[in-house]
Amino acid sequence: MASPSSTPVDLSQAFVMAPPGLGEWLVILPPALMITAGALLMMMRHRVDRHGFIAIPALVALVLIDAALLLKVSTGGPVTMMMGRWLPPFGIAFTVDVLGALMALVSALAGLAAAIAALTDISDSGRRYGFFPFLMLLMAGVSGAFLTGDVFNLYVWFEVLLISSFGLLILGSEKQQIDGALKYAVLNLIGTTLFLISVGYLYAIFGTLNMADIALKAREISGAPLMTLSALFILAFGMKAAAFPVNFWLPASYHTPRITVSALFGGLLTKIGIYALLRVMVMLFPVQREELSFVLAVVAVLTMVLSGFGMLAQNDLRRMAGFAVILGIGNMLAGIATGTMVGLSGAVLYALHSILAMTALYLVIGRVKALTGSWTLSAGGGIYSVAPGFAFVSLALFLAVAGLPPFSGLWPKIMLVKASVDIGAWWLAAGILISGFLATIALGRTFLLAYWRPAAESPASKRATSNVTRPQQQDRLAAVAILGLAALIVLFGLFPEAPLSLSQQAATGLLDPQSYVRSVFPQGGAQ
Amino acid sequence: MNTLIFRTVAPFLTALMIVFSIFVLLRGHNEPGGGFIGGLIAASAFAIYGIAYGVAAVRRALWFHPLSIAGAGLMLAVVSGLISAFAGVPFMTGLWIYPHLFGVEVPLATVMSFDIGVYLVVVGSITSIALALEEKDDA
Repeated sequence: MASPSSTPVDLSQAFVMAPPGLGEWLVILPPALMITAGALLMMMRHRVDRHGFIAIPALVALVLIDAALLLKVSTGGPVTMMMGRWLPPFGIAFTVDVLGALMALVSALAGLAAAIAALTDISDSGRRYGFFPFLMLLMAGVSGAFLTGDVFNLYVWFEVLLISSFGLLILGSEKQQIDGALKYAVLNLIGTTLFLISVGYLYAIFGTLNMADIALKAREISGAPLMTLSALFILAFGMKAAAFPVNFWLPASYHTPRITVSALFGGLLTKIGIYALLRVMVMLFPVQREELSFVLAVVAVLTMVLSGFGMLAQNDLRRMAGFAVILGIGNMLAGIATGTMVGLSGAVLYALHSILAMTALYLVIGRVKALTGSWTLSAGGGIYSVAPGFAFVSLALFLAVAGLPPFSGLWPKIMLVKASVDIGAWWLAAGILISGFLATIALGRTFLLAYWRPAAESPASKRATSNVTRPQQQDRLAAVAILGLAALIVLFGLFPEAPLSLSQQAATGLLDPQSYVRSVFPQGGAQ
Repeated sequence: MNTLIFRTVAPFLTALMIVFSIFVLLRGHNEPGGGFIGGLIAASAFAIYGIAYGVAAVRRALWFHPLSIAGAGLMLAVVSGLISAFAGVPFMTGLWIYPHLFGVEVPLATVMSFDIGVYLVVVGSITSIALALEEKDDA
């Protein structure tokens, strides 16, 4: 036990001695803020009317902190804070580079939009079950996963967000939800367990969990079973990201919860699997990624083309959106498979676009349900005549999801196609284009049937038209959320320079982790 | 479990276990023990009380909702980490003060307040699970 009377020791042997500046605190603040807000909401769980007044400002603060963090790392390079001031690689490092900050900022924006939409979508009973506390803890998990610089810590944040997502998924405890949640929970737990096994294996090989330290050691080590380890990681993260052979949990569960929850999940969760793949396979094990790139590319093509057909086959809009999420994952995997500068920045850019576009897509589907009274294409119709403004915004969003100009989906797709052609994989480029074509047909059909087609003269549509005329005060918040996301998507499509240069910076940081390593080990090497 | 023997013993057993759980919590700093195991012992104490007298009695005795207790614990744990901002050291750095109480030096640390936070989280969450399960039995 330390005591003032004990003999003085040289603290610099074990501790980081330099006091952290404000910039370093930004690294840990996002998860700390979200956990604090979640704890506060848990303590006042019966005052459900006040949850929104705490959750929304907390998320706004999160967006501001993440923006400040992005500004700091994009100008000054990666930032590291060692938890408990223990020296790396022994302490847990929170290291943020452009990739992490970018993903954290865009996720915070999507989380904020979903929280605004939730103010009206989630009933009092949903709030009593703990929607807002779960949302805060989910955002803590998401921010933590993007900002940590330690592989085991990454696993812990995965668990945090997984457990919060279980809570959100069964909000309301309907039979269908329990059914979806069971599939989601079992398959995700298997995925997370595989991740944990891989982390254990990693520790057995390297004797360290610090990513910067691993990045250094993986380039020098020889004779270690790194291919096995990489394959395990790809399987585990592929399950999380919903890559082709292990993605059946997503269409089976994402249509069951409240639409705001689906929007959050579709926007955020799978992208964390992609982020982990980028971090581990590109930054830590580039040689092994190169070896496995053919497998990754085949998985990518199968993921996107099959989910394109999945989109065409669905009548339920929410299930169609589930396949749209998977289609995006295929595109990002294609970028990871190419492993080039252009491909990786395309994958990062696509991930950012997908976080915003998928959240918005689910929210739009929620509005379609509110307007027509049905989730299905076959029953709905006539939205264009009752809500032309909303139809216009939806069309912009559908075009963005399909990757057509002039919206945000276009640029990453161009980069991914270019990267595939550059490495001579014409079939990968063809897969990207065909899947985009399938998505265009599916979304075009949605617009045709749900928006342009006059509402059928059935009792259901009469109810629908009467729905449209009811007081719209509560719909305004969902509209604010959709409009905010749509504005970002349009801006991002019309002025792509800033996101492009940031995603290129992120890809450079992944391909050459020099500055990442230096931020953890200022002396320039492992001890 | 409605036997007279159990209902007579349960309050004493519960009190004893809670005292023991706090002992285990504080002992945990340098010896086996700590917030997690202490919290489990306290949660089992509440479970025993619930088996003897029913869930409503436990909820009355706890005063706060178990999940609110867990929330307070989580808050305490994060705040313990954030205190280091005022000392110019990174998040979660252990900080110590040594006040003299009645002539005895009592070392207090943010490590300990963090552990108390863990204790409260475990007590709150496990008790709320246990009470929910016992409630189903009553119905």
